[in-house]
Amino acid sequence: MNKTVNQKAWFLVLPVLLLVAFSAVIPLMTVVNYSVQDTFGQNKFFWAGLEWFRDMLQSQRMWDALGRQVLFSAIILAIEVPLGIFVALNMPKKGFWASVCLVLMSLPLLIPWNVVGTIWQIFGRVDIGLLGYTLTKLGIAYNYTQDSFAAWVTVIAMDVWHWTSLVALLAYAGLQSIPNAYYQAAKIDQASRWNVFRFIELPKMMGVLMIAILLRFMDSFMIYTEPFVVTGGGPGNATTFLSIDLVKMALGQFDLGPAAAFSLMYFLVILLISWVFYTVMTNIDKRDGL
Amino acid sequence: MAKITLDNLAHSYVKNPKSEDDFALKELNNDWTDGEAYALLGASGCGKSTLLNIISGLLQPSQGRILFNGQDVTNQPTAERNIAQVFQFPVVYDTMTVHDNLAFPLRNRGAEPAYIAARVQQIAKMIGMEDMLTKKARGLTADIKQKISLGRGMVREDVNALLFDEPLTVIDPHMKWELRTQLKSLHHEFGHTMIYVTHDQTEALTFADKVVVMYDGRVVQIGTPQELFERPAHTFVGYFIGSPGMNVIDAQINGALALVAGVQMDLAAGYAPLDGKVQIGVRPEFIHLGTGSAGLPVQIRRVEDVGRHKIVRASLNGQEINLIAAEGAEISADMNRVVFDPAGINVYRNDWRVAPQDKAA
Repeated sequence: MNKTVNQKAWFLVLPVLLLVAFSAVIPLMTVVNYSVQDTFGQNKFFWAGLEWFRDMLQSQRMWDALGRQVLFSAIILAIEVPLGIFVALNMPKKGFWASVCLVLMSLPLLIPWNVVGTIWQIFGRVDIGLLGYTLTKLGIAYNYTQDSFAAWVTVIAMDVWHWTSLVALLAYAGLQSIPNAYYQAAKIDQASRWNVFRFIELPKMMGVLMIAILLRFMDSFMIYTEPFVVTGGGPGNATTFLSIDLVKMALGQFDLGPAAAFSLMYFLVILLISWVFYTVMTNIDKRDGL
Repeated sequence: MAKITLDNLAHSYVKNPKSEDDFALKELNNDWTDGEAYALLGASGCGKSTLLNIISGLLQPSQGRILFNGQDVTNQPTAERNIAQVFQFPVVYDTMTVHDNLAFPLRNRGAEPAYIAARVQQIAKMIGMEDMLTKKARGLTADIKQKISLGRGMVREDVNALLFDEPLTVIDPHMKWELRTQLKSLHHEFGHTMIYVTHDQTEALTFADKVVVMYDGRVVQIGTPQELFERPAHTFVGYFIGSPGMNVIDAQINGALALVAGVQMDLAAGYAPLDGKVQIGVRPEFIHLGTGSAGLPVQIRRVEDVGRHKIVRASLNGQEINLIAAEGAEISADMNRVVFDPAGINVYRNDWRVAPQDKAA
């Protein structure tokens, strides 16, 4: 076999290169550009080196936001993954009601983020909201605009309501792919319900669950719209997550340099965690692939 | 170990079965003797697996009862029936080691750890996997996984019956022989009632004491391999068992004489007058090729040499028939007659075998 050498083939890569450059690389480079410069307005910039990065790493405000962010993601993962699996296990396997369930489950996923935020913002209001009004009537102190615990509960409940369906649907798909013979064999082996879950359903769902966890992690780690609409990051800074803080810094205070440094670090954290997930997932695939 | 009785048993996957066609398994009354090895043989979709799943309790029959040792178990769940079943495709618990897979049914029934350890060793030796016990089941090849499933099926000693649903489909041919032989020796050793579903006649005939042939949701014959060969109860049995299968030819029967394509021939016994569709069945082994004027006129179409013998495809009155000639036999182009061995002729009315009138012959 003779390989034809034709360097002009490189031109074929050009369209993709241009597309990626304009959609990702150039915008990212402007952020990099801001992160190493300082400005006093009038479009004049001075070289600042790594100063903003140093500032940000020492900034209590950023560490606090990161802490809240990690806590938020951890809580919603800890609720949504088991709950989603539980829902999937209890959904009908086939027939009319399976379709009804699937449609109902997908509904929250189709609602735009800011609409979800608005729904819960109204739902939780103590004067007219069904939830807030009822809780108050029942004598439970609930006011998400003043009490940070109530604010957290509201934001978490909203996220669980919005996204548990995604985990449930993915887990359901994983369950549907298990051949019936496995359940029959388990019956014959007299396996308990827990053992069926532990040794048949969970291992077979592992692949899709990893995808669900990855998606939910990334989305929750970047969450902005919904809590912003409901609480605006408050009360105080109680629900100011990374994205909200970033927008405050960049657009509210116009601190372009620190915000750029901040967002680059933010980006790297997500990239790092996603990479870890990806590696773990492909390893699982490799084990299964034999 | 148990005697299995099927009483009036039938099953339909349709909710309100109207005609007999709606039944995947047609009414059935049978006793399956304790300690025998049965093979359920039939083409795909004939109801073999349905019957097996009813016996194991994975499926609830639409009518009739099933009894183990005279005790009604129709409404008992699978776990209480104490049977073992091996499926067509390997079912192993991926995250467990081979050892834990084999021990699983015993542990679930709360057996003594010492007994489990000994029993698992014994089974591992039987399926030749002693050196793989600590390996995770995930990532093993299909035939090894199937060996684990077989082992898991055999690990309990007190089972009422051992059921196999085409378990060797995914196994390499040379391993098939080995495993089948092992199953058979196991059967001799422990005397479990075994039921083995297959569509492969060789597998059925080599494994079983009794072969149960099913056709279109019905058990058409239960018999030893020899009975199935010599006296097929239904034309399907004759056609399905044997390679090539039995030739079924339209005929008229008159006492101990048969009239085929205008030629008269002797039968081994006399028959009462028959109505309906009357045919004779004769296996290729009982047809002899010759010349001259005796016998039926045929035209040879093709000769296939399969090594042990030759299969001759010929045309008789427009119908294709097969016959077997010895490997050394000369077959010349002028051979245009066949003679049927009277002892090898069975008579069928509407596809069911008719017993001869006088047993003397």
